[in-house]
Amino acid sequence: MTKRVVEQTWSNLEAMTINMGPQHPSTHGVLRIVLELDGEVVTGIKPMVGYLHRAKEKHAEFKTYHQFIPYTDRMDYLSPMSNNTAYVMTVEKALGIEITPRCKYLRTLLCELARISSHLLWLGTGALELGAMTIFMWGFTEREKIYDIFEFISGARFTVSYMRVGGVCRADYPEWRRRVREFLDGFLPVIDEIEAMLNENEIFIQRLKHIGTVSGPDAISLGLTGASLRGSGIDWDIRKDTPYLAYEEVDWEVAVETAGDCLARYFVRMKEIRESHKICRQVLDLLERHADEPVNIDNPKIIFPPKDNVKKSMEDLIHHFLLASEGFKVPPAEVYHSIEAPKGELGFYLKTDGGPRAYRLGIRSPSFINLQGLESMCQGMLLADVVAIIASLDPVLGEVDR
Amino acid sequence: MAVDLDKLQQLLLNKLRERFGDAIIDLTADRGELTLVVDRKPIVAVMTMLRDDPDFQFNFLSYLTAVDYLALGRTPRYDVVYQLYSIPKTHRLRVRAAVPEDDPTIDSVFPVWRTANFIEREAYDMFGILFQGHPDLRRILMPDDWEGHPLRKDFPLGGVKSFYFKRSSDPHAGEPKDLVPRIRVQESDI
Repeated sequence: MTKRVVEQTWSNLEAMTINMGPQHPSTHGVLRIVLELDGEVVTGIKPMVGYLHRAKEKHAEFKTYHQFIPYTDRMDYLSPMSNNTAYVMTVEKALGIEITPRCKYLRTLLCELARISSHLLWLGTGALELGAMTIFMWGFTEREKIYDIFEFISGARFTVSYMRVGGVCRADYPEWRRRVREFLDGFLPVIDEIEAMLNENEIFIQRLKHIGTVSGPDAISLGLTGASLRGSGIDWDIRKDTPYLAYEEVDWEVAVETAGDCLARYFVRMKEIRESHKICRQVLDLLERHADEPVNIDNPKIIFPPKDNVKKSMEDLIHHFLLASEGFKVPPAEVYHSIEAPKGELGFYLKTDGGPRAYRLGIRSPSFINLQGLESMCQGMLLADVVAIIASLDPVLGEVDR
Repeated sequence: MAVDLDKLQQLLLNKLRERFGDAIIDLTADRGELTLVVDRKPIVAVMTMLRDDPDFQFNFLSYLTAVDYLALGRTPRYDVVYQLYSIPKTHRLRVRAAVPEDDPTIDSVFPVWRTANFIEREAYDMFGILFQGHPDLRRILMPDDWEGHPLRKDFPLGGVKSFYFKRSSDPHAGEPKDLVPRIRVQESDI
């Protein structure tokens, strides 16, 4: 009996198939991976996704345009502000409406705060998986402050549902802007401290350098976007190359590294945090300058009237009722709009038929497509490196499965 | 870095018509976006040319999806939609190819961009479009034994089958039961 077991073990040693996930703590959610191992070396890897599939694209066909906004929060749940913005901008493109300057700056500011918050989570959990507990605590302390900022403007910390087609649901106010400034003032020393802990940390660098390398042409062919693409030396940031919102008006740089390994992706994200901070400061000044202007567009057929007016004015009541019951109609169109979300290119493909609901809404989620890079990145790496590579890709499973 | 759409449109139309003739059906500009409608037969050759031609350099496949036109009553029933982007030239192009209901096949663009792996699998999973030449065309988001393709317009929102999960003493526990969708959907919505 014992002999047979031993024989079997030896004969299987050449290739062993191992299942990792979907409840593994290092897979950032319900990602399941089937690994083929030769000893400790990875010879094959297949990501299995779909455990968090909630049929968002199907739901979009049965919800009015406003009703779908909360659904976008729950895609990349670490940066709901970016998802909201990408979706409402797609609908605005189909409607052909221009938002006000104040709304533009406000959205830019919130998108960049969401990027900082998302990158801090990646940093905390990524370092935690490599054994550094302190970074996780420091990162989360700062994230809490960003969530406070979101709570003070939208009423929710996590799933904000803040953007509206044609504007936002509540305008910013002086006390809120003061809080943002207070956060931005105290933020950079924390990043300095984190970098002092990691950048010359021998263990950290050994775990990331030359791990999960992907070349520039490969990254393009695999469709990688965001930090995974810029870590391979490709200078493409949608904010810079096809600017939207207020990114043209502020001074900032695209973070690019050439090595293409996990360490390069770490440096790209760290630089992006600093650049986001720079953008936030400038946009906040611009926002102060436009603080007296209206934040929403002046079109009662699209934007909800202020709640107080609904109780007093007949016309506003009618508009409110129509928007809440039937929704607004979008003329027949076919549009695709994408923004640079924290994870990469987040795009919405919208086909409308003139009714109050989308005829077809396709979601190009960066995490889903970035996950394709896993196979070529993990080839020939050790099993322990797989965890570091997944962390460096930064997938969010809510967005992978939608 | 504004892109001159008119110029690009003319250039695309001239070059593509010259090589593919009638297979290039239409090229329109709407809301600052170019849409190219092509026949599905030479799709891989068209994509390869769009990727490699120095004037276009559409080297990045952003997104691929399908649209079911059943509710609009159009034939052919499906469209496969590609979103291309050129990193060096910073311009975008949408390519559409119609796929009929009785023969839902189109050549896979996996040889042109490896991005197509997951997104073609998703389009197959959701619409049942068969991408020929795809190395691993399996379902990706739905379970492997799922019946039907959920994003088709004739697939109800609540699903076609439902399962009862009652106490194990119940004789029908766990059995599939044909039933109306759990979420009530109006006829006009489907």
